[in-house]
Amino acid sequence: MKSSLRALLGRFVLAAFCLGCLAGPALAQDTIILGVAGAHSGDLASYGLPTLNAAKLVADKYNAQGGVLGKKIVVVAQDDQCKPEMATNAATKLVSDKADVILGHICSGATKAAMGIYRDAKKVCMSPSATNPPLTQSGEYPNFFRTIAPDNDQAKVAVDFIIDKLGAKKIAIIHDKGDYGKGFATFVQDYLTGKGEVVLFEGVTPGAVDYSAVVQKVGRSKPDCVVFGGYHPEASKIVGTMRKKNMDTPFLSDDGVKDDTFIKVAGPDAEGVYATGPKDISSNPLYKVARDEHQAAFGSEPGAFFDQAYTAALALLNAIEKSGGTDYDKLVTALRTEYVDTPIGKIKFDDKGDAEGAGFSVYQVQNGVYKELN
Amino acid sequence: MDYFWELFFGGLTRGAIYALIALGYTMVYGIIELINFAHGEIYMIGAFTALIVAGVLSMMGFSGISILVLASLVAVIYSMSYGFTLEKIAYRPLRHAPRLSPLISAIGMSIFLQNYVLLAQTSDFLPFPRLIPKFEFMKPYYSTMAESDLLIILVAAVAMILLTMLIKFTKMGKAMRATAQNRKMAMLVGVNVDRIISTTFIIGSALAALGGVLIASHIGQINFYIGFIAGIKAFTAAVLGGIGSIPGAVLGSLVLGWTESFGTGYISSDYEDVFAFSLLVLILIFRPAGILGRSTTQKV
Repeated sequence: MKSSLRALLGRFVLAAFCLGCLAGPALAQDTIILGVAGAHSGDLASYGLPTLNAAKLVADKYNAQGGVLGKKIVVVAQDDQCKPEMATNAATKLVSDKADVILGHICSGATKAAMGIYRDAKKVCMSPSATNPPLTQSGEYPNFFRTIAPDNDQAKVAVDFIIDKLGAKKIAIIHDKGDYGKGFATFVQDYLTGKGEVVLFEGVTPGAVDYSAVVQKVGRSKPDCVVFGGYHPEASKIVGTMRKKNMDTPFLSDDGVKDDTFIKVAGPDAEGVYATGPKDISSNPLYKVARDEHQAAFGSEPGAFFDQAYTAALALLNAIEKSGGTDYDKLVTALRTEYVDTPIGKIKFDDKGDAEGAGFSVYQVQNGVYKELN
Repeated sequence: MDYFWELFFGGLTRGAIYALIALGYTMVYGIIELINFAHGEIYMIGAFTALIVAGVLSMMGFSGISILVLASLVAVIYSMSYGFTLEKIAYRPLRHAPRLSPLISAIGMSIFLQNYVLLAQTSDFLPFPRLIPKFEFMKPYYSTMAESDLLIILVAAVAMILLTMLIKFTKMGKAMRATAQNRKMAMLVGVNVDRIISTTFIIGSALAALGGVLIASHIGQINFYIGFIAGIKAFTAAVLGGIGSIPGAVLGSLVLGWTESFGTGYISSDYEDVFAFSLLVLILIFRPAGILGRSTTQKV
């Protein structure tokens, strides 16, 4: 009994193996495998599942039109729960599954962990949501691309605006000492090197009773522009104190301040304040198309990073189409040279892998609303 | 030298606000040796009350200084009732319990009041109307001192003078001093100790609410959490000056305000809280009872 069971089991394994042998090459020939990695379960699934939905929608759309280069697109998903140790497993699995291109991962930490495996396997990988700057800027991962702007991009946009549009020379930078606010302030300081003079760089204590001392200090340093990294409660207090002391120096902040609550709280003092924020993409027709498709297919509003994921799927498939195959070098060149129309705009990728055309723009409070400046 | 005066007046304003709150801490401690950790929340409730009253009044067509006066008045009275109730339900039943129990009850009340306002209002920051009108004559000195700074300093000074007179020259003040000195003995000579303790809470709450209204219209925004940090700072100021001593609380607040202001102005605002608390540690090492505090021998 026992031996016959083992024999049966052995036969099954053999059969399965043979099937695999047969199916493997067959799949590779007339299909393109789009690997999707990210958090599909666990507490961060809400960040990963919209990506999977976006990949399915784009794949279905291409398949309905006959696929890419005559090949059907198959979506293969791997869950990493945003955990680096699971991300390496997911990456290994996708490579062994012969995924041609990978959409993902979602979290910066998991992406970093998986990138080495894809690089060694020569796979192009595109994240809709990993914003950690070194992923592209360190130059370690030439196979990495992303459709979201890195954390330091808004600092760059801010600095370009301060120097070119405002013509400021002396800049005072204050921040709220937090990861986000100080991070932004530090990037601004770095980009200003050689372009302008940083006359003050200091942190304030969030929630302090008042900021008159630090505002005095800003006043004494006589800046052409004040940059603040942090959130709106501190920003409105600082702007209010500045205006009360008759300092009409331009004030620029980040997307923590590009919030309607800021205008509500700061009242008339908010007028003329600059803030960087994600580009307004809602007027883009493709943005609406993608959202409608999601509504039709899943009956709900898409979640986080859906637009970026939809963009990434389009960009990957477009690159395969334009380069005429899944050859790694040709794919990378295509991604860097060929423009593609996406929900976030007409984009291609720079040498480092960041999407050109995606990203931030500067807004100004005009008559009580944030207006995008061009 | 202008810069020095700017920082001096900035520190003075900040110190005046701390003092309005610190007086409540020090008075309550002086009478029943309890640290009323919910005191910062009374300050916050004062500010919220003023916001609501100011909103209603401006809808009714009142304007400028009349809103400021009426809103402050309502805020002060409303907060007094909170102070009274707080003592009645959170501290009075525990008066003979071990000393730790009322302290924990105080922390509990603080968290309760924060969440109560959070649920009743919102967690967002709310804009607070600029109730303090602009004085034209301030123009040339604007950068040194705005009209709200001047008003805060004046109101705090008047409040402190009135408080001192109340304690020094009235019958009520005499009874308060007697209770502070020896509660049992005061009771024996016919002082209604319970009433004195309630009065202390009421006066402390009134001052805190006044501070809340002034600071809210000075910086123009409030939320449910503002009482916590202001409370901690004012408590620090009270300990710095010598907790239990009224002039000590005022002096401690001013010293703290100036330390923060000059520390920020001449060194760096990164270390604002470091300056404040280093000063506290230093003072406590060399004068454990605080600047004006008297080290009392333990009563037996």
